[in-house]
Amino acid sequence: MTALPRQTQDDGHAARQAAMAACSEATCAELAQALEQLAPLPAAEDLRAPETGLVMLRGRMGGDGRPFNLGEATVTRAAVRLATGEAGFAYHLGRDAGRARLAAILDALWQAPARRTAVEAALAPIRARLAAEAGTRARRTAATRVDFFTMVRGES
Amino acid sequence: MYVAVKGGEKAIDNAHRLLAHARRGPADLPEVAPAQIAAQLTLGVDRVMAEGSLYDRDLAALAVKQARGDLVEAAFLVRAFRTTLPRFGHSLPVDTTRMGVERRVSATFRDLPGGQVLGPTFDYTHRLIDFRLAAGAEPPAPAEAPATPDEPMPRVTDLLDGEALIEREAPGEEGAPIGDLTREPLDFPADRDLRLQALARGDEGFLLALAYSTQRGYGRTHPFVGEVRFGEVAVEFVPEELGFAVPLGRVAVTECQMVNQFKGSAQVPPQFTRGYGLVFGQSERKAMSMALVDRALRAREFGEEVVAPAQDEEFVLAHADNVQATGFVEHLKLPHYVDFQAELELVRRMRAEHAARGSEAVGMREAAE
Repeated sequence: MTALPRQTQDDGHAARQAAMAACSEATCAELAQALEQLAPLPAAEDLRAPETGLVMLRGRMGGDGRPFNLGEATVTRAAVRLATGEAGFAYHLGRDAGRARLAAILDALWQAPARRTAVEAALAPIRARLAAEAGTRARRTAATRVDFFTMVRGES
Repeated sequence: MYVAVKGGEKAIDNAHRLLAHARRGPADLPEVAPAQIAAQLTLGVDRVMAEGSLYDRDLAALAVKQARGDLVEAAFLVRAFRTTLPRFGHSLPVDTTRMGVERRVSATFRDLPGGQVLGPTFDYTHRLIDFRLAAGAEPPAPAEAPATPDEPMPRVTDLLDGEALIEREAPGEEGAPIGDLTREPLDFPADRDLRLQALARGDEGFLLALAYSTQRGYGRTHPFVGEVRFGEVAVEFVPEELGFAVPLGRVAVTECQMVNQFKGSAQVPPQFTRGYGLVFGQSERKAMSMALVDRALRAREFGEEVVAPAQDEEFVLAHADNVQATGFVEHLKLPHYVDFQAELELVRRMRAEHAARGSEAVGMREAAE
């Protein structure tokens, strides 16, 4: 399963977005573990030091109408360049600078075709955890589904 | 003339030390951690995120701790924090049909696609104090039933849409400007985008009272809950340097589709109208109140006579923000010594004049006799 249901059309970036989605929901420890698995790694320099800011979240009137501004969220971004040339980016909800930087390195590594399979494999445990959690949540919710039945009263 | 008065610095410092001590409570009790507040006082934290207008659960939980559980004060702290951060941009509009639904009920259709799921709700509880919680009893594990995660759940309003029985929302033009009251001060009349933004961050109690007033006849809209749903939605953002949508993570929101009584015109046959509520976190009370007030505020659009407070957008929008409201009400307790001295002088002079007029009148009466 994909960690995040996608709302936009595939614009040729779907596989990279899916990897970014897994990273966006990973813990800092999980990302560190994934990178450890990919060692030895090329050196990474900051294209932009991790920075926390705001993104205005939008909804739509009635769910499907004109957009409106719902409220902001904290977002932390990071951008790195590897010694091998690839640039990686991360934008995550929250304020965890270390986590964003690790995700940016993973995004850069993912872009090197020779490394892609290994990066996907390193992200697999994160995806498995997210899928397991989503499954549990869905099953617990499903147990609260209302099954209506009709009471027949009086003579038929 | 403005006279600055200094003093009280030591008193203020000591008051804040005393505040920190009072916040901590008795030293023999374990200190509460923000992570516990975030995970166990979830709905209070949700309210701070909604009214602070900033989605950041950890930050809101810390604010609740700092504010000693005063949720309006916590929202104030969160609002102050956001002013320290740069704005990276805006997200793509969230798609609530792709919500990981944890609760979804409809009062209008019993058997709707996707079904009715109750989720973690206070509804149908008996509102009896549960003393087992004080005794520290562990709850039983939740029940489970077969399910497929992340199945899209259609909107209830789409069910009626096929027959044009309900007002349709137009998605609007791509790139059309969207009002943002954090950038431009509110101006009246305000368009619906600004109204919804103001309601989404408005005080839950104020919106609840206004929504209730519409039910009691002050701007009646004959509402039905088309549906209420709660769960997490994915947020996507298009950074300039990448040019494609980047997933940021997921946020929990509550959405309410209110279906209200008909409107029609010479051109359009009668159809149901709609009110909409969308708020951060899990709050049906707030989402439903928002939807009722949104519909009431559409009076002008539907040619309805504005006769009640909930239909008066200037009244509603100018007073919905509890950070503004508390700032203006609570500033009254700050020193107003000079203002008050001036008023005191004025009332003394007025009384002296009143007394003089009185004795003059007595004098005139005596002279006439």
